[in-house]
Amino acid sequence: MTGIITLIQAAIVFGTVIMLGATGEILAEKSGSLNLGVPGIMYIGGISGLVGVFFYERGNADPNGFACLVIAMSCAIAASFLAGLLYSFLTITLRANQNVTGLTLTIFGSGIANFIGGSLNKLAGGVGQISVAATSKVFKTSLPGVSDMGAIGKLLFSYGFMVYLAVILAIVVQWYIFKSRSGLALRAVGENPGTADAAGINVTKYKYLATSIGAAISGLGGLYYVMDYTKGTWANDGTIEALGWLALALVIFATWKPANTIWGSYLFGILYWMYFYIGGLTRSSQELFKMLPYIVTILVLIFVSTKRRRESQPPAALGLSYFREER
Amino acid sequence: MQENTAIKLCNITKRFGEVVANSNISLEVRKGEILSLLGENGSGKTTLMNILSGIYFPDEGEIFVDGKEVTIRSPHDSFELGIGMIHQHFKLVDIFTAAENIILGLPGGANLNLKAVAEEVNALTAKYGFELDPNKKIYEMSVSEKQTVEIIKMLYRGANVLILDEPTAVLTPQETKKLFSVLTNMKEDGKAVIIITHKLNEVMEISDRVAVLRKGEYVDTVNTSETSENALTEMMVGKKVSLDIARTEPKNMRTILRIQNLTCINEDGLKALDDVSFAIRTGEILGIAGIAGSGQKELLESIAGLQNPIGESSILYEPKENERVHELVGKTPMQIKELGVSLAFVPEDRLGMGLVGNMGMIGNMMLRGYRSGKGIFVETQAPTKLAKELKEKLEIATPSINTPVSKLSGGNVQKVLVGREIAMEPKVLMTAYAVRGLDINTSYAIYNILAEEKEKGVAVVYVGEDLDVLLELSDRILVLCDGKISGIVDARTTTKEEIGLLMTQIPQKEEEANGEE
Repeated sequence: MTGIITLIQAAIVFGTVIMLGATGEILAEKSGSLNLGVPGIMYIGGISGLVGVFFYERGNADPNGFACLVIAMSCAIAASFLAGLLYSFLTITLRANQNVTGLTLTIFGSGIANFIGGSLNKLAGGVGQISVAATSKVFKTSLPGVSDMGAIGKLLFSYGFMVYLAVILAIVVQWYIFKSRSGLALRAVGENPGTADAAGINVTKYKYLATSIGAAISGLGGLYYVMDYTKGTWANDGTIEALGWLALALVIFATWKPANTIWGSYLFGILYWMYFYIGGLTRSSQELFKMLPYIVTILVLIFVSTKRRRESQPPAALGLSYFREER
Repeated sequence: MQENTAIKLCNITKRFGEVVANSNISLEVRKGEILSLLGENGSGKTTLMNILSGIYFPDEGEIFVDGKEVTIRSPHDSFELGIGMIHQHFKLVDIFTAAENIILGLPGGANLNLKAVAEEVNALTAKYGFELDPNKKIYEMSVSEKQTVEIIKMLYRGANVLILDEPTAVLTPQETKKLFSVLTNMKEDGKAVIIITHKLNEVMEISDRVAVLRKGEYVDTVNTSETSENALTEMMVGKKVSLDIARTEPKNMRTILRIQNLTCINEDGLKALDDVSFAIRTGEILGIAGIAGSGQKELLESIAGLQNPIGESSILYEPKENERVHELVGKTPMQIKELGVSLAFVPEDRLGMGLVGNMGMIGNMMLRGYRSGKGIFVETQAPTKLAKELKEKLEIATPSINTPVSKLSGGNVQKVLVGREIAMEPKVLMTAYAVRGLDINTSYAIYNILAEEKEKGVAVVYVGEDLDVLLELSDRILVLCDGKISGIVDARTTTKEEIGLLMTQIPQKEEEANGEE
């Protein structure tokens, strides 16, 4: 019983990272931007938040928890928003190829984040010596009195605030895309920019905003990973990149509906951590288990493609640049 | 100006480079009337309406809406003035419902209340007699339903002037009837309706007045009740103009292609060609006339093997007299080409079907012969030589035979394409709209090439738009109307009026007799 509870708890913490990544990416993809730079953006979000609070905590003997929170969040959001803006400028204004730009952004993001992360480790005096204890504490604080609750309480309330923030964001983005007037325009841009343009919608503005705000949300996934998942340290081990690709897989798994990322991400988490709770696995068979989320994604892709339900297909103009003159 | 004038155009002129699409056109539309805008292809109807809907800006002239002079710079401006244009290609998002498409881009509260929209749409449909389920997705709709969505979209946005660009082209007769009753309801509601068309029977049926354009110029506006189809045809095609195209008497005529009961279905599921039978003969030019989209494309493509004819369709090809006869239906385009049937098909998109824009002349020559080289390397010398020859002989203006053909002007692209096809020494040469967009001199160069081929004994098929050219270039003219043959006439004795009438309607009596040669 406790095994299952800890598995689910691990899955939820794990899932939160990719849920944020996927929610942001869905927003971008609904505008037609296939941003393969998500892993890089999550790196940028994570390292920016870490740098901000690292220097704040270093300069203050008694760091204020709320200030830590604000600094970490705003650094992460601002930096990943800027990364999204760069992607938008290249693909929307300069009409660069989206795939190439996205992959480049991933390489750039992981490179610069690991470079800065390594430098921070050096400043702190060695790998694992970075201490942003005050911030990490804020991110990890759960409701008081959780330990006294039963299994259900532990399952529901034993997490830091970002677990709930991720769920709220997924629901809000879901509402925005499918129930709001502006979301209708956004979907039109991603489906058929020519029609959207003719209807008086500012295609460029929508693509820029959706891609950049989406990047900011994805970046929060990186921040959550650094602050909660790894407790405010930095390791150059490429885990964020792996999670970023998983977030992209989750977008497909969720068939471009943010609400589906909520359960989808937890399911991915369970599949990913399952090996830990199955006894007698060797190292190499553990790796096989870690493939499960990807296999499930492939199965979903096969299922969705054979079913050919129009609503489950990617936005029709995904990955394409829009030229007004090319009608 | 009359009280009830909705829109008045004064002396509108629009040029595209050298071509004058609209020359000094004045026109008015009244509230509560249906005005037909009639004219052949290229007469400037669509250009004129695109000026009203803000897609083009006129070079000269004034536009008055409700008596006030206005400037229309964009589709948005046009919208604000209550002008709604329904294009032939619908602007709809496939995975949205009708209601979602209708409110797309309109201001309003953040939260979408689709139920309220659906109710408003239902009120509109009830008022004008449409049939539409506002919650149906566009991808589940028929063409006619999509058109309905477009019209309601305009009405929902408060359009008082509706412009429909060939609205019946994609509709079945029943759907057309329904559309017409809706248009009549709108007219009675005081809206002004303009329909662009070239179907005379529809003009007579639906409109109150008819404005006729010919070659970019305004001819006249007449009351429908005071005119006849014959009078309108004469206004539309005008007097015959002499062009001085050299035409020799056909020699050694022999049937090389016999088309029998050819039937094709287009992508909308309608019959693009309906039971067409005729013969193509060597040593003559067979002109094909018809309103755009009457089945010309499908006809040529069927012969070239690019369509899938259905039913009893048969195309018999007899390359040499009294030798083996080949059935072309069911053969691949490659097999047909090898038999000597060449298609220099030049659709609206010149580069699309015949040439690769990013390759130079040599590369494009190679497209036809790359299979013949030995080993894994392509043969380059012969195509290079051919490219040089064509450049000289046809006076193709290109900096080099390696310059991508997309950089050349339309006329030169055309020469490359036609030149390459002729170099293959075809037995049957088919061209469509070979002179579209070309200046006079280049056009004549093309006519001469075709005439030379005819002299050589090639069977030439020329699909054209300009009736004057068809009359002077062809030996026989086949007229298509709605996918059927409405007549095959002798180009030397027929008149423009006769062809004009055949283009717009199939003679009631003895269709069969006309179908034969």
